[in-house]
Amino acid sequence: MVKQITIISGKGGTGKTTITSSFAALADNAVIADCDVDAADMHLILQPDTFETHDFYGLKLAHINKDLCTGCDTCVLNCRFDAILESHIVDPYRCEGCGVCEYVCPETAIVMKEKKAGEYYCSHTRFGPLVHAKLGIGEEASGKLVSNVRQRASEIAESSGKGLIIIDGPPGTGCSVIAAMTGTDLVLVVTEPTVSGIHDLDRVLQVARHFRIPVAVCINKCDLNPEMSQLIFDHCAENGVNVVGRIPYNRMVIDAMLEGKTIVENPDNELSGEIGSMWSVLLSMLGDNNG
Amino acid sequence: MRIAIASGKGGTGKTTVAVNLALALGSAQLLDCDVEEPNCNLFLGFGLEKQEDVLISFPEIDKDKCTLCGRCADICQFNAIAALPKSVMVFPKLCHGCGGCSLVCPDGAISEAARSIGMIERGIDESFNIELFQGTLDISEPMASPVIRQLQEHIDDSTVAIIDSPPGTACPVIASVAEMDYCVLVTEPTPFGLNDLVLAVAVVKQLGIPFGVVINRHGVGDDGVEQYCQNEAIPVLMKIPFDRDIAVLYSKGTPFVKQMPEWGSKFREMYRDICECVSSGVGV
Repeated sequence: MVKQITIISGKGGTGKTTITSSFAALADNAVIADCDVDAADMHLILQPDTFETHDFYGLKLAHINKDLCTGCDTCVLNCRFDAILESHIVDPYRCEGCGVCEYVCPETAIVMKEKKAGEYYCSHTRFGPLVHAKLGIGEEASGKLVSNVRQRASEIAESSGKGLIIIDGPPGTGCSVIAAMTGTDLVLVVTEPTVSGIHDLDRVLQVARHFRIPVAVCINKCDLNPEMSQLIFDHCAENGVNVVGRIPYNRMVIDAMLEGKTIVENPDNELSGEIGSMWSVLLSMLGDNNG
Repeated sequence: MRIAIASGKGGTGKTTVAVNLALALGSAQLLDCDVEEPNCNLFLGFGLEKQEDVLISFPEIDKDKCTLCGRCADICQFNAIAALPKSVMVFPKLCHGCGGCSLVCPDGAISEAARSIGMIERGIDESFNIELFQGTLDISEPMASPVIRQLQEHIDDSTVAIIDSPPGTACPVIASVAEMDYCVLVTEPTPFGLNDLVLAVAVVKQLGIPFGVVINRHGVGDDGVEQYCQNEAIPVLMKIPFDRDIAVLYSKGTPFVKQMPEWGSKFREMYRDICECVSSGVGV
């Protein structure tokens, strides 16, 4: 049975991708899935060699045939998303692809057309297979693209005998986060000791609880505000959440990023040990020692 | 004047810029459109009063009238209705509220009910004359955009409205920045910051909104972001240095203009630059 771990944060910029890429380096039998599909960064560290590209089709988009349109406004009146302008032009950013306009148009002047909304890729990296994606600008359906990435990662794990999928999730609590975490075996929340970090941690912990997914927490840049770190630690303890790592701020995180390396590829630093022991704890939480 | 503060990458300092700009200007509206993780008020501490729920409709099916024809499930593009052999199931959280199912139902068996997916709160500070509107998406709800759209109905165009946008480039970002006069893109001088800035620039260019860049934590990484801005002729509006004092103030929820008043004039200067750009139409 392939295990899955999703790394999220609520707040952006807490260090999800930095930590996830280190896990990718530490795991020796894993598929990596970058599910932060509208601001994917993992490829900058893993430098993928892509061997498979898939088009992603999200929701359909309404097209109005000007020759058939009589300007009766039936579509305008029935569109709940204000996506059809008075000039009978469809605003592609507002259209949600529901097809109501196509249904109500008495002239059959409207057709719903498939629209390419992004791509997803399968690649080789120095740490194993990576499935990653690029969502088109302003597209809906980021959750659906996340699901496609996860589906492909599962197929690769099955076919190549990998025991684990490591999922780098997006920030927030909405559709793409829900799509990245539902059905996984463990969620790791990477937070930071700031008022926003703790607020956003609390919200994603509620999301994890809602979907009944086991959760662990890592406090990154923990020495930035030690009192706040302790507050997060106590808050987690009260809620029965395991704090599996406390990583101090270290400038080599950015140095490693500039070199396109993970932190643990330079074992000669204080963070590698901390991340390594966190990874061991997570693996034992996953009940899987061959990841 | 409507100014959005956005970024591709999360955690680059959008909220910092939005809150400090609002405090530096005074007499402004601040709308926290990062409804999945609204943080502005953590730095302002205003007393918030609930204004309204954000309601979205979903179908209710009258079993006595339903003939199980399945047309409702056929038109639903969001998998919110499943027509089974002996019943029809509705999944309210997947419903976008388009109304298609009730239109197609030949038996008049579908009516629409409303449910709340989030709320809008308002807070006011009289000393700075700042009006804050905050949207919050309920836990486990997937759709942020309806909350953002409803939040933006509170924009008062007789004053300056500062919009704190969510990160990324997907639909909630478009809902936040689409009708703005100007967009400030906040980034950090790292490879991740640059990669996501390029994506965010593509968004604002496609929407035709004039924009400039704020480089936060200036000094931590490399000069890739500055070179990119120079090559693309994108104005760099402000550089906020990487400064442990600023980071510690942030961690405690203190807007740094309050402790470092010299930054107040820098934010006001940035606002003047933005106004100039909007009135001259340069930078689109």
